[in-house]
Amino acid sequence: MDSNLFPEGVTRCGLPKFMLWLTLVSAVLLWGVYAAVQVFMYGIGVTGLDNYFGFGLWITFDLAVIALGAGAFFTGFLKYILKIDQLKNIVNLAVILGFLCYSGAMLILTMDIGQPIRAWFGYWHPNVHSMLTEVIFCITCYCTVLIIEFIPLVLEQKQLNKIPFLHHFAHHLHVNMALFAGIGTFLSTFHQGSLGGMYGVMFGRPYAYREGFFIWPWTFFLFVLSAVGSGPVFTVLVCTLIEKMTGKKLVEYKVKALMGKIAGTMLCVYMFFKIIDTWAWAVGYLPSVGLTFEQMFHGNIYGQWLLWTELGLCGILPAIMLISPAIKNNPSLLYTAAILDCIGISINRYVFTVQTIAIPVMPFDSWQMYAPNWAEWATSLMICAYGVLVLSLCYRYLPVFPQEVKLNKK
Amino acid sequence: MQHIEFDTKWTMVVDIDKCTGCGACMVSCQAENNIAPMEQGSNKLKTLTWLLVYELNNGKDFPNREVAYLPRPCMQCGHPACVPVCPVVATTKDEEGGIVSQIYPRCIGCRYCMAACPYHARYFGWLDPVWPGGMDKALSPTTSTRPRGVVEKCNFCHSRLLNARERARNEGMDPNKLPDGWYKPACLEGCPTGAISFGDSKNPEHKVHELIKDPNAFRILESIGMEPQVYYISRRDWVREQSDNHLAEDKH
Repeated sequence: MDSNLFPEGVTRCGLPKFMLWLTLVSAVLLWGVYAAVQVFMYGIGVTGLDNYFGFGLWITFDLAVIALGAGAFFTGFLKYILKIDQLKNIVNLAVILGFLCYSGAMLILTMDIGQPIRAWFGYWHPNVHSMLTEVIFCITCYCTVLIIEFIPLVLEQKQLNKIPFLHHFAHHLHVNMALFAGIGTFLSTFHQGSLGGMYGVMFGRPYAYREGFFIWPWTFFLFVLSAVGSGPVFTVLVCTLIEKMTGKKLVEYKVKALMGKIAGTMLCVYMFFKIIDTWAWAVGYLPSVGLTFEQMFHGNIYGQWLLWTELGLCGILPAIMLISPAIKNNPSLLYTAAILDCIGISINRYVFTVQTIAIPVMPFDSWQMYAPNWAEWATSLMICAYGVLVLSLCYRYLPVFPQEVKLNKK
Repeated sequence: MQHIEFDTKWTMVVDIDKCTGCGACMVSCQAENNIAPMEQGSNKLKTLTWLLVYELNNGKDFPNREVAYLPRPCMQCGHPACVPVCPVVATTKDEEGGIVSQIYPRCIGCRYCMAACPYHARYFGWLDPVWPGGMDKALSPTTSTRPRGVVEKCNFCHSRLLNARERARNEGMDPNKLPDGWYKPACLEGCPTGAISFGDSKNPEHKVHELIKDPNAFRILESIGMEPQVYYISRRDWVREQSDNHLAEDKH
């Protein structure tokens, strides 16, 4: 029924089946919208956050999706600035994912700040010393850049593209895409770093505090590296998930392997510095404030297993797997490494957010437990549902995958 | 690290050995600063307790167990962790006296300052403040109420400082050189045992000027270098040892 809207030469499932899918996703979305309304009406008191845990699931979710959305800026950088032409086959998806991750994070932030109506104060009363000010500037500017990068793809929709003005407009945006990719790279690099800097400058919190380079703590650079070490493989994973769900081949495997190699190389660099950083923190900084490495961990949910899983199972292992030709050329192993990589980065964001503030810094204080409640889960899932919804519509109606027709010829 | 110094340094000194943990300081603070009672007060992690009394013990079992109480207001740090992180300059330390201010109408409620403060001295208004049964008629007229969604904290009853300065001006005195005892936070007035002292530690005429030099005086988390303007005094070693983190080999 809606086949006139499909990209040229592709097939899609029937409209009823697609509507059923959208209904299921919308149910999750509406549950989240209900929770969001509760938050806006009654305040953040309806969440599981408290005076100890001002930062919780929402910030962890934001940091994780922003890191995983780094595929957009890094793939754009490699495609448009370094001219790695093969990546043109996946860059559209990377841009969409980047847009969804950043806009999703911003939606969460509107709930997360206690006074959403004052969100613009970050621009009006900026504190130039605060890493969060830089995050506010870069995240909003970069989200705008992502919208600009996303628009040409929307305008390439078969029916829209027949309108001469929109066709030419999209063409001109494409011509200038290297400029936007460059701006996006600059903005995203800085704000990925500033998210790490936000934690690294908290000198009252020994788990996160790091010294560093000029005004930037080491975490600034570690967050940038970890984002570019995981974002590309997250794009690959989403691409593969769409392939499995639709039963079509969308991107040539060697492009995925290339993305894996790029992420793997960056992950190796990240792990090298992360291990040095962890060592220096454990044997240098912590003793200087009268603390030991063991005191940074407690029980199961704050146990050392988190660190070893992050560094070993989800760090060193996928880094080696992704740079080994034999392994990255095996689809199952590549996807396994990609999943481990993404889990590792998410653990990193979790511990920096929650473990950092769960630790009692005053000797007479005690460890605090945090469990997100339904309102936080529902709103976080709402963002996932929003992403799935937009991605589903993009896949169905926009020419996201240039290789789709060629790869699915009978 | 930036360190901010002024000619006046409003300083609180708490004698832990005199504190009985009665909580009168907490109640005085709540009443003075228009802190609304919570509907579900048993949830201590969402209450607004600008001044919180911690219970300390010597780690031994009865009959050798000893207990001490440590009231914790905002430390008004010389090198505050909360000020540089605030993205909108809602919290600053720029007024004579060194009290860390909190500008409620500018706060966006991001809670970064709460995450940065290891003393847990900052509190977030999780829910709408409600004063039941006509309690609103008993609000302090000089202290602003806060909407939900902003971070708030102890400000050494700043409105009382403004009142004391006003009085000094009226009496033809320098408002920046207040005599000892002219400016008293509510917790000090509410304390039945006289455990709390307050004044300008840079003014030799103020009692706290000498008290902070007491060999038993200490501040919490000295090693992190936040330079709090709140001092504690205890003649008991096990209390002083809990002022900071020590490695096993440092224990004395």
